[in-house]
Amino acid sequence: MSHAAETTGAHAAHVDRGAHGGHAHGAADAHGEAGHHHALPGWLLFGTWVLLMGLTGLTVFSAQYNLGAFDIPIAMTIATIKAFLVMLIFMHLLWDKGFHSVLIFGSLLFVWLFIGFLMIDRGQYQPSKDLFDRDVIQSQP
Amino acid sequence: MSHDHGHGDKPFLAHHFEDEDHQFDSGKLGIWVFLVTEILFFSGLFCAYAVYRGMHPEIFVFASKALDTKWGAINTCVLLFSSLTAAWAVRNAQLGQKKGLILNLTLTILCAFGFMAIKYVEYSHKFHVGLKPGDLYAPTEGAYPEKHQSGAKARTVALAQAGDVHSPAPPAGDAPVVESPVAQDEHGGEHVAHGGEMVPWDDPRVPVETKNRLQIFFGIYFCMTGLHGIHVLLGIVVFAWLLTRAIRGHFTPTYYGPVDFAALYWHIVDLIWIYLFPLLYLIH
Repeated sequence: MSHAAETTGAHAAHVDRGAHGGHAHGAADAHGEAGHHHALPGWLLFGTWVLLMGLTGLTVFSAQYNLGAFDIPIAMTIATIKAFLVMLIFMHLLWDKGFHSVLIFGSLLFVWLFIGFLMIDRGQYQPSKDLFDRDVIQSQP
Repeated sequence: MSHDHGHGDKPFLAHHFEDEDHQFDSGKLGIWVFLVTEILFFSGLFCAYAVYRGMHPEIFVFASKALDTKWGAINTCVLLFSSLTAAWAVRNAQLGQKKGLILNLTLTILCAFGFMAIKYVEYSHKFHVGLKPGDLYAPTEGAYPEKHQSGAKARTVALAQAGDVHSPAPPAGDAPVVESPVAQDEHGGEHVAHGGEMVPWDDPRVPVETKNRLQIFFGIYFCMTGLHGIHVLLGIVVFAWLLTRAIRGHFTPTYYGPVDFAALYWHIVDLIWIYLFPLLYLIH
């Protein structure tokens, strides 16, 4: 499976890192591991997937019941838990440089602001929309 | 890959990088910035979704019936499994496991094809029953299956202008409309009783223009899942390219950036579907 070049390559990774220690590795080095070349254990990947499947089952299950106003918050909470599992483990953010987390969570913050302000704005227009609907009805022949 | 090596035994280390770590870190920053633009790109569609669902929740509740939760759930599982194989491919590359890498890249590609095949089944069914986007919307009889228990209040629409199928823009289901005193029908007394009443969407008395407002949902559905599908197709191309390189033995524990970056992209595609599934398929 692994030929000689690959095994020596693994050693080279460590040697290389030693030679460039303190050079642009930041958070990864704090773990005392081989930085971003640290492979995640199989059980962690598999366990994350099992959890993701379980949460998918949960969201389908909860959708069987009409939970009224809680429908959307529950579905979105489960989806967000799943998203965090994917980002933190599958995408290695837990072991990656903090700056990559700043980037991705910063963008998600802006999405939240984007949608949030838009919904506030939409709410402001609700009375106008109601009036428009009413006028349309009243103007019907 | 690089036309001017200058790094002797490292054929994929571009000359403008100091070492392999430098190259890896630069690529990684690049892919993360790209993923940020992807998220902001999709956020516009999520905004459209939020605005229209906020304005017309009854449209989303009813039209969502036409989507098959079973296929949506299966596709979610297919994508989650492909995310696992993509993450495992990165692990294989990091550990220098060539066979495992080839296997996991292949599985990821197969899952992506499976996802698109299911999407094809869903799309073709929708086109068959006339649930098309925009002005092409022309549902046939039975396009909306009785998936949910009937009589649920949420899936009703206000019958504000019963009997007038010629009205230019009949309003659909909002509380103020229901309370509106204008419940007369000048065309005949038999319809007066229905004015402002809450009736199911499939009630024959609902004007066709009001029913056609359901097309908003399919416009949003096709835009969101379509753009997501394009990303899946691009993923297939990228992973196929990675597979050819993996077979040629290009990736080593010190050079596996492309596998890592493609996997990150694939996880974002999965992540967007994680939100699309409950927002489109699981609506009450």
